[in-house]
Amino acid sequence: MRQRSTFLFTTLAFGYAFLYLPIVILMVYSFNDSRIQSVWNGFSLRWYSALLNNAQVIDAALLSLQIALISATIATILGTLAGLSLTHMGRFKGRLLFTGLIAAPLIMPEVITGLSLLLVFVSTEQLIGWPESRGTLTIIFAHITFSMAFVAVIVQSRLSTVDKSLEEAAMDLGGRPFRVAIDVTLPLIAPAMVSGWLLAFTLSLDDLVIASFVSGPGSSTLPMVIFSKVKLGVAPDVNALATLVITLVGIGVVIAGFVMHRMEKSRRPHPQAIP
Amino acid sequence: MTIPVNKSGDGTQDQAGPEPVRASNGGNANTEPFVRIENLSKQFDGVTVVDGVDLDISQGELFAILGGSGCGKTTLLRMLAGFETPSAGRILIDGIDMSGLAPYQRPVNMMVQSYAVFPHMTVENNVAYGLRKEGIDKARIGEQVAQILSLVQLSGYEKRKPHQLSGGQLQRVALARALVKKPKVLLLDEPLAALDKKLRQRTQFELMNIQHELGITFVVVTHDQEEAMNLATRIAVMDEGKFVQMGTPTHVYESPSNRFVADFFGTMNMFEGNVTAITNQYLLIDTVDIGVIKAPPTPGVHAGSKVWLAVRPEKIAISKEPISSEFTTSIKGVVTDLGYYGNRTIYRVATNTSNVIEISAQNQFRASVPTLDSSDEVFISWELTNSIVLKE
Repeated sequence: MRQRSTFLFTTLAFGYAFLYLPIVILMVYSFNDSRIQSVWNGFSLRWYSALLNNAQVIDAALLSLQIALISATIATILGTLAGLSLTHMGRFKGRLLFTGLIAAPLIMPEVITGLSLLLVFVSTEQLIGWPESRGTLTIIFAHITFSMAFVAVIVQSRLSTVDKSLEEAAMDLGGRPFRVAIDVTLPLIAPAMVSGWLLAFTLSLDDLVIASFVSGPGSSTLPMVIFSKVKLGVAPDVNALATLVITLVGIGVVIAGFVMHRMEKSRRPHPQAIP
Repeated sequence: MTIPVNKSGDGTQDQAGPEPVRASNGGNANTEPFVRIENLSKQFDGVTVVDGVDLDISQGELFAILGGSGCGKTTLLRMLAGFETPSAGRILIDGIDMSGLAPYQRPVNMMVQSYAVFPHMTVENNVAYGLRKEGIDKARIGEQVAQILSLVQLSGYEKRKPHQLSGGQLQRVALARALVKKPKVLLLDEPLAALDKKLRQRTQFELMNIQHELGITFVVVTHDQEEAMNLATRIAVMDEGKFVQMGTPTHVYESPSNRFVADFFGTMNMFEGNVTAITNQYLLIDTVDIGVIKAPPTPGVHAGSKVWLAVRPEKIAISKEPISSEFTTSIKGVVTDLGYYGNRTIYRVATNTSNVIEISAQNQFRASVPTLDSSDEVFISWELTNSIVLKE
């Protein structure tokens, strides 16, 4: 018994080390007072101040945030509508096909998605003169396109667990279908919409491949800037940036998890009775 | 309550005759049918679930539809509520054709087995939901919600969330939510199935009181025959999408029209046999298992008819001495099993190697030891009038 738990503990430790050691190393070296990565030269915050003075990185970070906020919000709206219609239209011919089609972008290689979107933007520019040039707007459109699929899948799986009799009860009590969706369905799938939004937000924030295809001059997102910097040799201020991003994301995930746990708790349909 | 009992043997018991039953509650008894269902059918993918049902329900009635699972009773109720579109036939409520009306346009509310209480709303908001959709002003909504909550004994629970309520309380929220709309007809789908036995019995009486007080027409769907008998002024027994019998609880229990109803409703001892002779006082039936038995004259039964003789367990007396009179059947047997339930004892008596008869005896007197035991020789007897003759 003792032997076995030691074994389990070791494997667990290895697993987590494999996952998180690179990140920890990166975070530690962001405080390194040396230009050379592999040499520890004492603790310093100089790369953080260097980062704050690097306008290119700050601008790219703000642009990325802006794109992620807008595209995640629109993707959540569209994805929720898609999920709702797919579960509520009842059985129709080709429903399975549509359900499959909405999930296809999940497994589509990003290179292909990026290339195809570029082709679309180029040809619409030739046909109707839009977009005049590629930039922030085209990146937002591209991000909505692929992250919407993730939201739709999440919302759809949540909807399939929502008790249909709740919607029927609302309708029976005089709610028209649209009101029922607002009053009953949306509050019940809200946790799924929140996680869908968070996923879309992160996907947009760290997308490099698709953004590279559809971006234009002056619209470099944060991943693009970091990637181009790394090509010229790793600058330690990128470590500092990464540490900040990880800290922010970590805090966000913890808060989201906490909020969703509480929402779930008060929404459980029939838990233990209180005497 | 005075309900005209459709006496057995008048030949109208087999199908739903359009004879409105006058309900005495609410004081608004009406001879016109309040709910009229005409030749209603429903097919799902070519499978007939409800098959040409005709039904009239008068105002203020508490009507129960009873059947096993898959008999079409819930589909029938959902058609009344507007969640299913009939394949054929139509529904009239208070003279208005419901065809083409959506659930939110019908003067009908439904309470489902799962209660479907909105988990993200407080008790108060759950109950107020239907009134808000009607656009009633806030003060009156508050008044009506408070009123109905006190009727279902949930005053003080207004701010609770559903996950803080017990099953019985959830049931009452669902009931209040439907009643507050003052529907013309309240539909209840297995309203008590999710409650435990004690609570179920108490809630049955509460339901009847509320129905009596408000005078709303109730249509209850259930698989529980005791619940149906206790609640309803009239019962329809449903099988394979059709009504096989309709009548008052007494009528359906004491005079089942066929073997399905007899068997479905409580326990029934049944013996196959042939009618050998008819006098004007009795029939003689030669049964396979218990010999020649006298039975009451039954319309449509002739000498030579193949029939089933049926007797309820509680109508049979069990004793150590034979009871002999002209109109009493007394058969010798051996007790094979007995089940003691406190208030009554169920005996299983073998009359021959292949036939076992069930007898339910009330334990009327205190006893320290059972008066009868396994493998005792006994006589089981019942009077002629307690026999039912079933043609099929």
